[in-house]
Amino acid sequence: MVDFDERIPIYLQIMDLIKKKIIKGDLKGGDKLPSVRELALELKVNPNTVQRVYQELEREGIIVIVRGTGAFVVSDEKKLKEIKESLAGERIKNFIKEMKEINLSKEDLDLLLSKYWEEVN
Amino acid sequence: MGVLEIKGLYKYYGKKCALKNVNLTGDFGEIVGLFGPNGSGKTTLLKLIVGFLRPSSGSIRVDGKDIDHNTRAIVSFLPDNNLLPSWMTIKDAFNFYKDFFPGFEEKRFKDLIDYFNLSMNRKVKELSKGEQEKVCLSLTISRKAKIYLLDEPLGGIDPASRERILTGILKNYREDSLMIISTHLISDVESIADRVIFISQGEILLNEKTEKIREEKKMSVDELFRKTF
Repeated sequence: MVDFDERIPIYLQIMDLIKKKIIKGDLKGGDKLPSVRELALELKVNPNTVQRVYQELEREGIIVIVRGTGAFVVSDEKKLKEIKESLAGERIKNFIKEMKEINLSKEDLDLLLSKYWEEVN
Repeated sequence: MGVLEIKGLYKYYGKKCALKNVNLTGDFGEIVGLFGPNGSGKTTLLKLIVGFLRPSSGSIRVDGKDIDHNTRAIVSFLPDNNLLPSWMTIKDAFNFYKDFFPGFEEKRFKDLIDYFNLSMNRKVKELSKGEQEKVCLSLTISRKAKIYLLDEPLGGIDPASRERILTGILKNYREDSLMIISTHLISDVESIADRVIFISQGEILLNEKTEKIREEKKMSVDELFRKTF
């Protein structure tokens, strides 16, 4: 079961969850997403929340909803890159803010990034 | 038009005012969390919607009609205390409900009993409190109704069973109905409720979509509740 941060709208968290799956390749272009009901049960959230997730994802052009058939992941390399960058962007901005707070310059940060890049994993 | 419409509702017990100018509506496809401290009027409100109590003034309309025996047939209520006679088996209770309520869904009930790891031949008096709660909940949500009112369905239940009960509720939730769940354990139901109503001393303090609370106030419903009371 997924633990949601109850201070952030749950639909946003589920959207991120699905986007991550797409980036990782767990979900590929043309794959069918679970039905609203199935996903709501799996995540133990209100079906209307999942409904909203699918609507928003469709609006962002990440999935297409075919009435009576289901929701499908769009296969589009450009879109994939876009999702990746938007997911990373927010986190990187926060990270940079923190680093600036401890007075690290961009050069310092570049060096440290290279140093620790290999260490992770 | 909502399946539930309450306007200017007051309820007095003698001189004590239990509900004060309650106005609210509920739509099909909604799961509403009704939160408030003990004695805030939650149970009174639910009993008024079922028709167990009469309003002192104001109006309640269920599916566009005033409360009577017809609306009672489409409102399924889970009281916070167990009402099953102790001599009954689960099967007896099931037969009783089946005879009494047209459209009672046998399969749904039997699936729920299986899901809760119970069996039809067990006697009510031999069941634990949590198990009795599960039977009563199964009976309530297997009725065919337009409004489901669950009064403290998680009261006195251990965390593991709690999750199972919530899943049972979610699994059997119908889009063509309104469900109101009263509780003082917000954290348990906050992810399944579309909307929350805070009630205190008989008055509604807040009636808002849960996602909107998170979006605008950047806090969980539970935090907001703690801050409010």
